[in-house]
Amino acid sequence: MRPQAGPPRDYRFPFFERITLDNGLGVIVAPVHKLPIVSAALVVDAGAAAESPGAEGVAQLTARMLLEGTRKRSGDDVSEQFERWGAAVGATADWDAAMLSMTVLVPHLEEAMALFAEVLLEPAFPERELSRIKSERLAELLQLRTEPRGLADEMFTRFVYDASSRYARPEAGDVASVTSVDRASVERFYQARYRPKGATLILVGDINVAAGVALAQQLLGGWSGAAAPATVVSDRPARTTHAVHIVRKDDAPQSEIRVGHVGLPRRHPDYFPALIVNALLGGLFSSRINLNLREVHAYTYGAHSSFDWRKAAGPFVVSTAVKSDVTADAAKEILLEISRIRADAVSEDELTLATSYLDGVFPIRYETTDSIARGLAALTIYELPNDYFDSYRANIRRVTAMDVLHAADKYLHPDQLQLVVVGDPTVISAPLAALDAGPVSVYDADGRPER
Amino acid sequence: MQVPIVTFRLANGLSVTLSEDHTAPIVAVNLWYHVGSANERPGRTGFAHLFEHMLFQGSAHVGANEHFEIVQRAGGTLNGSTWLDRTNYFETVPSNQLATALWLEADRMGQLLPAMTQQKLDTQRDVVKNERRWSVDNQPYGTWWERLPALAFPSDHPFHHSLIGSMEDLTEASLEDIAQFFATYYTPDNAVLSIAGDFDPAEARALVEQFFGLIPRGAGKPPLPPMDLPEHFGSWERLVVPDAVMLPRLFLGFRAPVFGSDAHFVATVLAAILGTGKGSRFQRALVRDREVASEASAFTFDLAKGADLMIADVTARPGISADVLEVEVVREVDRMRADGVTENEVQRAVALLETALVSSLQSAGDRADKLSMFATYFNDPSLVNEQTERYQRVTAEQVTTLARELLGEDNRVSLVYVPANSLAEHPANAEVGEPVGASR
Repeated sequence: MRPQAGPPRDYRFPFFERITLDNGLGVIVAPVHKLPIVSAALVVDAGAAAESPGAEGVAQLTARMLLEGTRKRSGDDVSEQFERWGAAVGATADWDAAMLSMTVLVPHLEEAMALFAEVLLEPAFPERELSRIKSERLAELLQLRTEPRGLADEMFTRFVYDASSRYARPEAGDVASVTSVDRASVERFYQARYRPKGATLILVGDINVAAGVALAQQLLGGWSGAAAPATVVSDRPARTTHAVHIVRKDDAPQSEIRVGHVGLPRRHPDYFPALIVNALLGGLFSSRINLNLREVHAYTYGAHSSFDWRKAAGPFVVSTAVKSDVTADAAKEILLEISRIRADAVSEDELTLATSYLDGVFPIRYETTDSIARGLAALTIYELPNDYFDSYRANIRRVTAMDVLHAADKYLHPDQLQLVVVGDPTVISAPLAALDAGPVSVYDADGRPER
Repeated sequence: MQVPIVTFRLANGLSVTLSEDHTAPIVAVNLWYHVGSANERPGRTGFAHLFEHMLFQGSAHVGANEHFEIVQRAGGTLNGSTWLDRTNYFETVPSNQLATALWLEADRMGQLLPAMTQQKLDTQRDVVKNERRWSVDNQPYGTWWERLPALAFPSDHPFHHSLIGSMEDLTEASLEDIAQFFATYYTPDNAVLSIAGDFDPAEARALVEQFFGLIPRGAGKPPLPPMDLPEHFGSWERLVVPDAVMLPRLFLGFRAPVFGSDAHFVATVLAAILGTGKGSRFQRALVRDREVASEASAFTFDLAKGADLMIADVTARPGISADVLEVEVVREVDRMRADGVTENEVQRAVALLETALVSSLQSAGDRADKLSMFATYFNDPSLVNEQTERYQRVTAEQVTTLARELLGEDNRVSLVYVPANSLAEHPANAEVGEPVGASR
């Protein structure tokens, strides 16, 4: 007989202390003493959303350049030194922030943190390394042309957002914008955006609060200045009527499908109901779309949906890859599932599949110092309340079937869905045209319309 | 840092490892079955992996797809994976759900077959075929992980054939194959169970006895064909594969000491010096200094039977031909072979390996998986506690000596991907690859 579960043991997200240094730098320390390891993250308001038109990609290039040399040492020496201490270091930018991050064992924490501060405060941006990092990004863009998953993702956002929106262009920039970035524009972006007021240092792991704050003060207390508030990115849709966009990949054995539209901003009052809608529609393995496409029809290895949460409204998207000859059948099932979840309230049993999953899985998400640091980074980037983690599970459990129905009805828009398929037009065009999902256009791998 | 370990074995042969950690109210359950694609019979490539899919299709007391639903409803994460010589199944759940996780695993170990139907098999066969299209056929360079073992192991060796399998062989798989494979390999004496996290040891032991104790021992499995191999390939084989890709990419493989041996620790450090981190030789020389590669790494497969493989995986920069790329990578390999490595390089590699190990041991699921791995391969889960020390014992002299033995021209295979439209650039002596899907 299937066993009954006893009561769950209490869990709290790790205690953390949040203070502000005199120079405006936020500091968060979360002591977690399980293993002798610490993760550090420096979050700065220097994501792609802060770029000026024409400079798309400068945020990512600037973040990456932090590790390519300081006024005191070359990029080779920076890497060599971090790695001699076993420090795993990364620097990257997403839409809403740039982040310098590091995980290191406690015996090397202080010396590694000193170098962490050096790369943050004294980057040299050597010309030669910038030109190499630019060509690495151009190589990535080149490879995208034959990589159907990444190509489908990029084309999807291009067709969903208005051409004037930053979200319509790749997060790390396109060929024209990346090519145009030079050392002066990186330096300018750095000087304007990398400032303590508006930035936060997060320390998680085998360290106490006083030691963490003292380390922050000692290494970053002399940093000065304030970044101007980043302008809000436009999340205007490209069109308000549905349409089908086929991106040519001749002889493709599968079609990569993306279906969706502009979603919701991260700080939306209906964030929790929207999370549950997504979990039931396509977020979980046992969600409607995955069970339909994979387990009932065997069209695919997997199908998934998500809201991409950003400061402005990121996309809502259903993603899957299906055998070419069933492309339209699969798309039809996705459209049906989106309509169905808007039409009828989910049962209590189905609702609790999502709520009990998101409630129960919460402690599993924060097992590592790195994942806790990333959680705290989101807290600062999206200006969530300090009790966000402590109230998360109650907020999940509070969502009702009616909340789900209302959110699905309000935030999913069947008449605005953009259906993007990377596949073989000779096999999929006619069936897709018969779907009543909007007018069909065909593009080449660079997104240029074919006639 | 030491992971606490308690082991015991049930009368039916199931080997169990417990590792307590009460920092969070979660517990990981992890089962390794000592069977993988190496155990497949001819004409059934891909079967071990297809079988893994069938284990999520229900058992005597669990409905189709209910396994996933029960674990997710309990607030847990779960999955399974198939490798050349093992298959694992694992879930991490809130600690009050330990009994449910164990019951689910026991139900499918003991009574899978009543739930198997032709329709479920047909569905999963199509799902797996789509998995193959997604991860291999419609993915740039996607065939590398079946072409490379095919190049590096002789055709009669159990690691030679494709793990995901050919479309033809997947089509042939039948319910009788399921029954036979289950009876032969999915037995308690061919499995190890690890539980890591927040549990009471006496209670966990009682639950394991209760749910798994009555499952009968198996009748024994057929031995694998001989896995032993000569220390070196004996030649340098090359395969050039035109593919729908924009940039050339080279996989340079070396036969390496088997996983778990003293020499394998040395080989892991050697691979990390060549290709782990921005301070590695490949990154410094090929990406940063000479700017011939856009990506470059090196790693070991960690095969615990016969011999391991060490792989250098390097993608060209735009404008760099496959031939130039290969010359440049080989130059770095030859340089290490001729001049050896320094103490500083060894320190860097060992420090990175140590941080990666401690990072991963933070997660109950990773901890349980490592315990199962050492229990399966060496009958000794406590080896997890020796890893750091064994890496720390590796010296520059040992790496230098191994580099001379391992990196020679008689111990290489090259798998070279080239953009399909640049076929003309191939070295004249290279063999051009067959179309995908025609494995054995």
